[in-house]
Amino acid sequence: MKKWNLVIDVAKCNNCNNCFLAVKDEHVANDFPGYAAPQPLHGHRWLDIQRRERGCVPMVDVAYLPTMCNHCDEAPCIKSCKDGAVYKRPDGIVIIDPRQASGKKEIVGTCPYGSVWWNTEKNVAQKWIFDAHLLDQGWKEPRCAQVCATGAITSLSVEDEEMERIAESEALEVLHPEFGTKPRIYYRNLHRFTKCFIGGSVAIERDGVVDCLEGATATLSKGATEVAEQRTDNYGDFKFDRLEPDSGAYTIKIAHPDHGAKAVDVRLGESQYVGVIHLGGTKQQRAA
Amino acid sequence: MVNELKFSVLLFGVTWVMRFTARRHASFRDHLQKKNCVVQIKLKNNSQGRIFEFNNGRVRSRRGIHPAPDAAVIFKEAATAVRFMSLPVNHAARIHAAKNFLVAVEGPDELVSWFMQLLNMILTAGTEFGTRMPDGAQRYTTMTTGGPLFVYVKDGKILRTSVIDFDDTDAPSWTIEARGSKFTPRRKAMVAPHALAWKSMVYSNKRLLYPMKRVDFDPNGDRNCQNRGVSGYVRISWDEALDIVSGEILRMKRQHGPGAIGIYHSSHHQWGNVGYYLSALLRFGNAIGFTKVHLNPDSWEGWYWGAMHHFGNSMRLGRSGSYGTLRDCLHEAEMIVFWSSDPESQFGGYGGQEGAQRRQWAKELGIKMVHINPYYCPTASLLGGKWFPIRPGTDNALAIAIMHVWITEGLYDKEYVATRTTGFEEWRDYVLGVADGVPKTPEWQEPETGVPARDVRALAREWGSRKTYLSVGGGGTAHGGACRTATGVQWARSMILLMAMRGWGKPGINFGNLQGGAPVDLSFYFPGYAEGGISGEVSSTASAVNNYVRMPHLLTMNPVQQMIPRQRLPEAILNGQCEGYPTDSLSLEGQFRRFAYPAPGFSKVHMLYRYGGSSFGTLADSGRFARMYRSDELEFVVNQSVWFEGEAKFADIILPACSQFERWDIGEWSNTAGYAHHQQGQLSHRVIAMQHKCIEPLGESKSDYQIFCDITARLGLGTYYSEGMTEFDWCKRVFDASDLPKRVSWKAFLKKGYYVVPAEGEKTREPVNMRWFAEDRPKDVPEPHPLPGGYSGKFRTGLQTQSGKIEFVPQSLKRFDPDSPDRPPLNKYIPSWEGPRAEALYRKYPLQLVTAHARYSYHTITDAKDSAINDIKDHRVLIDGHYYWIVRINVHDAGRRGIRMHDVVKVYNDRAAVLCAAVVTETMAPGVVHSFQACASFDPLDARGSIVDRGGCMNLLTPGRKQVEKSDAMASMSCLVQIEKWKQTAEAA
Repeated sequence: MKKWNLVIDVAKCNNCNNCFLAVKDEHVANDFPGYAAPQPLHGHRWLDIQRRERGCVPMVDVAYLPTMCNHCDEAPCIKSCKDGAVYKRPDGIVIIDPRQASGKKEIVGTCPYGSVWWNTEKNVAQKWIFDAHLLDQGWKEPRCAQVCATGAITSLSVEDEEMERIAESEALEVLHPEFGTKPRIYYRNLHRFTKCFIGGSVAIERDGVVDCLEGATATLSKGATEVAEQRTDNYGDFKFDRLEPDSGAYTIKIAHPDHGAKAVDVRLGESQYVGVIHLGGTKQQRAA
Repeated sequence: MVNELKFSVLLFGVTWVMRFTARRHASFRDHLQKKNCVVQIKLKNNSQGRIFEFNNGRVRSRRGIHPAPDAAVIFKEAATAVRFMSLPVNHAARIHAAKNFLVAVEGPDELVSWFMQLLNMILTAGTEFGTRMPDGAQRYTTMTTGGPLFVYVKDGKILRTSVIDFDDTDAPSWTIEARGSKFTPRRKAMVAPHALAWKSMVYSNKRLLYPMKRVDFDPNGDRNCQNRGVSGYVRISWDEALDIVSGEILRMKRQHGPGAIGIYHSSHHQWGNVGYYLSALLRFGNAIGFTKVHLNPDSWEGWYWGAMHHFGNSMRLGRSGSYGTLRDCLHEAEMIVFWSSDPESQFGGYGGQEGAQRRQWAKELGIKMVHINPYYCPTASLLGGKWFPIRPGTDNALAIAIMHVWITEGLYDKEYVATRTTGFEEWRDYVLGVADGVPKTPEWQEPETGVPARDVRALAREWGSRKTYLSVGGGGTAHGGACRTATGVQWARSMILLMAMRGWGKPGINFGNLQGGAPVDLSFYFPGYAEGGISGEVSSTASAVNNYVRMPHLLTMNPVQQMIPRQRLPEAILNGQCEGYPTDSLSLEGQFRRFAYPAPGFSKVHMLYRYGGSSFGTLADSGRFARMYRSDELEFVVNQSVWFEGEAKFADIILPACSQFERWDIGEWSNTAGYAHHQQGQLSHRVIAMQHKCIEPLGESKSDYQIFCDITARLGLGTYYSEGMTEFDWCKRVFDASDLPKRVSWKAFLKKGYYVVPAEGEKTREPVNMRWFAEDRPKDVPEPHPLPGGYSGKFRTGLQTQSGKIEFVPQSLKRFDPDSPDRPPLNKYIPSWEGPRAEALYRKYPLQLVTAHARYSYHTITDAKDSAINDIKDHRVLIDGHYYWIVRINVHDAGRRGIRMHDVVKVYNDRAAVLCAAVVTETMAPGVVHSFQACASFDPLDARGSIVDRGGCMNLLTPGRKQVEKSDAMASMSCLVQIEKWKQTAEAA
C-alpha cells in the first residue's frame, strides 16, 4: 500500500510563505465535512514556519523550518482517542474527525510537536490534514507542495519500505525521533536549523596593507581529536558546520606555509563568528 | 438599393434574434427586462426605419418612423448601417462611423448604452465560462500582480485560489543546455505569496460595501475640509453619491475652469487590461478633463535619472535588457554579485517566483554568490555566499574603490574600454586621485562604507578575474534598492561603469540574476498594461505603438495640459505652486524638460479624484499628504476604493469599487509593455488569462468601469465613454486585437481561462543582451529603441548616447548642467545628506532606516485589510490585539536601547513617529534598521496633532527631498531615525 510522506529541504526554504497561505486559503471559511471544520481567520498555524538565525555580522545565516502535523504512524493523538475520533487512513494520513472529536480539547495536548490547534468557536481540535480531501478528488499533491517555489517541499506516495530506503540513502531526518511517534514528514539539511557553526576570517598584513588570506589551513579540534579541516577561501573565511550546540571547548588552529600559525580557543554555545585572525605581520602583531 | 434592402432585412432579423436569444438565455432575458422603452433605428433622411418596443422583457418591432422614441440610432445612409450591423462585428467600421458623424445616437445615455449592450449580448449570451470540477465547484481563472490563479467557486463563493499546473494540452516548456546539464522549468505558474492572499482580501472586513459620505460634509453648505481623516461616515445611496460626484465635476469646470479636477492614483492596484488605471481610469479622466498627477519612476530612480545617461536605454528608464541572459549566465558565468538585490523578496516586480527555480540551478552549478547589502536578505540566506554589510547610501564609494583596484592591478578589459567607451581617462584620473589628490582606495572607502578594505580588495580581484553577472535591485537589472537612496543616482551610474570596465555583453558578463532572459516567444502579441488598454490615450501611454492600431476604439485626449509631480502634490495644494521633471522614455533629454504648476492659464486643483490603493506607505514624507487633505483648497475629495484604508478615510465621498474577482477583465502575466518592454522574459511560460467574473460584486460595490460609466452617463458622456460596451465586450475586443485568435478560439479561451504561449524555437531564441555592442555589430535584440532618429550613428548601430558608446562622463549631463553640484557629469562620490555624514542630524538620529519594497504585499495592495498576510510572522506581529508593522534592529543596537524581541517600539525623527514591533536580529549591519515600505494602513493615534502612526507607514519618516535638485528622484531609502521602547500607558495618555 502506498502511503503519503513529505520531504522538506530546509536549505531550500526561502520563507516565502506560499505554503502557509495555501493552507489558510484552503481552510479558512471552508467546511470539509469528514475532514476538517473551518479554520479561524487568524491565530491557527496548521502549517508553521520557524526561523533560526546563526552567527553574527558579518558571518550569519538564516534557516526556515516548515512544521505541521507529522501524520505519525505511532500517533499519540490517535492512541488517546479510543473511540476512533482520531484515526489513520490506509494512505498514512491522520484525520481528526471534526464531528466525533467535538469538544475533545485534550487532543491538543497529546501532540508532542504542538501541531494540533484548538478551535474555540467550532469546539474542535484541528490540524493540517495533508489535503486528504483534495487527494481524494484526484489532486496529485497537497497544496503546500504544489505552491512551493523552490521545490523545498515535495510529497511522496510510496510504500513504507521505499520511503525507508529513500530516507536512509538521502540522509533524511525526522523531528525529534526520540518521541518515538514515527513521523511521515522528513527533513533534508536539518542541520541548518538544529546544529551550529564556528566561523572566522583570516587576514595578513604585508607592507602596511591588510589582505584576506586564502588557502590557510583551518583545523578544528576538540581536545586531542581533530574534528574537521578546511582551507580558507579568497575572503580568508572558514566555517565549520554541523556542530552540536553547547558542545563545549574547541580549538581552531590556523596555519599557512608562508605566514605562520595561530590557535584560537572557542567555547561553543550557539553558532559563533570568532572574528578576524591575523597571521603574518610583525611578531608583535602576531602576539596581539 | 442593395444596401437599403440589406438594412431592411437586418432590422427585421434583429427582432427575431433577440426573441430567440431571450428564450434560450436567462442572462439575456434579465438584461432585456431592465427597460421598458421605444427605440428607433433609422436612416437620417427618414426613408427607412424600424421601431422596437420593449415591454416587460418582450420585444416587438414594426417598420416606420416614430415621432418621439425614447432613444434612437440614426445612420447617415444605408451602406453605413449595413457595415455597422453586419456580423462579425467590424469595430473599425463602427468607430469610423461614430468619429465621422455617420451614425448618431439620441436619448438618455443610460438607455442607449443598455440598448447597445443588448445587441452585443446577442453574440455572447450562453457562453460557457470556466471548468466544472468533481465536487461541483466551477474553476475560473484570474491574473494578479503576483501571477495567474485558478479560482474555485462554489455556491457563489470563492472556495479557493490555487497555482495553475499546466496540462498536456498546454504548450511544451523550453529546455536550456548549460555546462552539460539540461534545465527545464516546472510545468506550473509559480506565484508570489501575495497572490495567494486574495480570497481573504475579497472577503475582508475592510471592504467598502456601499457608498458613503463624510458625516460633516455638505456639498451645499459647510464642507468641513479640516475634518478629513477625523470624521466618520454615513451610508448613502449610489444615486446620491453619483449625483454629488458628477455635480462637483461640473461645478469645478464652471466655477474654477479647466484643470480644477485632479486625478491621483496609486501605481499598482489590480491587474487587467480593461480595469487598470492606465485603461478605464485614464479614459474617464480624458472624458472629463483633468490635471494629471504625474508619477515619478519610483522604483527606478537612480537608473532613470542617472545610469541612463551613460548608456541609453531610455525606453526601459535606464535599465538594462535581459535577452538571452538566462542561458548565458547558466552556461558562462562564474559568479553573481547581488548588489542591493533581493529577488527572493521582490519577485522581479510582477514575475511571481518564476526566478527562484533558476537561481537554484545556478547554485547547483556552483556559481558563486556575493551579497552587498546593509542587511542579510532572504536571497542571501537562501543562496549563501559572502555578505558585505554596507552602510546605506555609501555604495558608490565601494564601487569606486573596486574600480581603483581594477585600474591599479590591471584587472579590467582594456580593449573594451578603449573601443567601446569614451571618457575613461578622465574617470580614471578621478579614481586614482590625480585631480583631487585623493586616491579612491579600498582604505579610502572603509570609513564610509564600513566594509573592510581587505574584503573590498578580495572582491575586486575575484570579480576582475571571473566572468560575473551583476544583479542590481530585485529584478537583477533594476527595481528598488539603493537606487532609492539619496545617492541612488550615483550608485546606479557606477554600476554601469563597473560593467563597462568588465566588458559588458561578453560571454558571462552582464546584468541579471536569472530572473530575466528566459527563452519565451516575445514576438507573440498581447497588449501590456502600459499600452493603455481601453483608454484611447495615445500620447501618454504606449498605445500608439501597437494597441491603437490593432484594437479599434475611440481616441481620447485630455484637454488639460497641466501636471503635478506626485511627490510634490502636497506643495501644489498647500503652497499653490511646484515644479517637476517628467518621466519620459523617448530620449535621454526628456527628463530635463522642467514643468511648472500651475500651468499657464489653467485653474489650480480644487477637487481630487482619488483612485486605487493607499499610498501613505509608499510616498516619501507622506505626512505631507495628510496635511494636504485637510486644506480648504481642496473643496472636494472623492475616493474610489475597494477597502476602507489609508486615504479612503480622507474623502468626502467614498465610492465602493469591487475587486477584480467580481468583474470581467483580461490580462497577461507580467506584461507591462512600455517602460518594461518584454518583461515577460522573466517568466518560464508566458500566460495570458481571462480574468473571469468569478463572483457577483459584494454588497453594493461596483466595478471601476461601471462607476465611470455611471458618472459619465450623468454628464452625457456615457456612450462616448463606454462605446456601448460592457467590460466583457471590451475583453473580447482586447482578445481580438491580440495574436490569441490565431491560436485559440474565444469560446475555448473563455472555458479554459488561460493560454500558454509556446516557447521560442531553439534556433530562433534571442541573442544575448549587449553582445552585439561588445562585438561592435548592428543591434540584433528586439528593442525598438532608440527611436530611429535617436541613433547618433547609422540606424541600429551603437547606443543612445551622443558617442554611441558607453560614456564614462556623459555628454547629455554635460550639455544639460555641466556644473551640477548633485549630479556632476563625473560621477564623484558625494556623501548622503541624510546619513552618517549629516553629522548634526546623525547625532540626534543615529540609526539608518532602510525601507525596501515589501515582500508579502505588492506595494500596499495586500497589506492590512485583516487579510491572511497579517498572520505571516515576517510581515506583521500581533501584540495586544494589534497587528504591528515590523522594524528589524541589530542585536547590539537593540540591547543598548533595552529593546527585546517583539517589543512595541517608537521609530521617530522630526517628521513623525511610527509604532512598530521590534524584531531583534543579527541580519542587520550595526546602525542599520530595516522595515518594508508599503503599509496600507494609516492609523495615527491622534488624528489631528503630530503624527504617531501605529499603522506602520514608514514613509512618514522618510525625506521628501529629491536626490537631484533638477529631477524628481525620490530618496526615501535614506532616512535617519531613533528608536525607543514604547511606553504605552505613559505616552498614549
